[in-house]
Amino acid sequence: MNIRRFNWPLWLGFLLSIGAFLTYFFIFVWFPFTRDFPWANLVLFVIAGILLYLGVRRGFASDRPHPVRSKIVTTIVSTLSVVIFAFFVFTIFVEGRRLPASKGAPQVGQRAPDFTLPNTTGKLVSLNELLTSPINGTAPKGVLLVFYRGYW
Amino acid sequence: MDKFNEVGIRPVAISVDTPEESLGLAQKAGYTFTFLSDQNTDVIKRYDLVHVGAGINGHDIARPAEFLIDSSGTVRWANLTENYWVRARPEQVLGMAKLLEKR
Repeated sequence: MNIRRFNWPLWLGFLLSIGAFLTYFFIFVWFPFTRDFPWANLVLFVIAGILLYLGVRRGFASDRPHPVRSKIVTTIVSTLSVVIFAFFVFTIFVEGRRLPASKGAPQVGQRAPDFTLPNTTGKLVSLNELLTSPINGTAPKGVLLVFYRGYW
Repeated sequence: MDKFNEVGIRPVAISVDTPEESLGLAQKAGYTFTFLSDQNTDVIKRYDLVHVGAGINGHDIARPAEFLIDSSGTVRWANLTENYWVRARPEQVLGMAKLLEKR
């Protein structure tokens, strides 16, 4: 295959779309700056978009060795990339907002509901213990309860 | 973590993960604070934070939320985000910790 004929912008753009999607969940999600609003990934998608535009132009150019095949492949690859981008936008901005109303959650001024749960060694710990057992020898001023989805 | 200890706040993380899963996460990420397991979502329900079927395999899990509770057991700050990708920043919470100083 002649290197000059290989539509590298198309494939690079496609790979970058995949990368732009995956890096959010594996890298950028660990940094609040890039997690709260996925601007880093949007930048990557913009670069991918530019590459894909160049790739589509090349794929549909009249001097392709196999014009029909080029058009089909170019259309499929660029469409897939757009789908990946749309899925990303959906996952972050739509799915991420689908949360229950949680109207019954404790509000400021209310007593935090008591509980007793096992820690990582299986030992049962109560809210009272968490509020009273000393931190470095002094009584705690408070407890920060962080409920999270869980990792798997 | 040390910043929280310095202002006398004990961070406690709760999820439906098993103690073993939480231990794995804590070790992998180097976290030293307390992790509690609420596998049957009892406490999550008590705090009305259940996100039905949102976990892997359609399990119920907690929606993300943070509560700052003072030494008398009263909630002084509650943060339930609109988007689960957005979480409270440590600076936010440390700022809230100043609230607890006045009492």
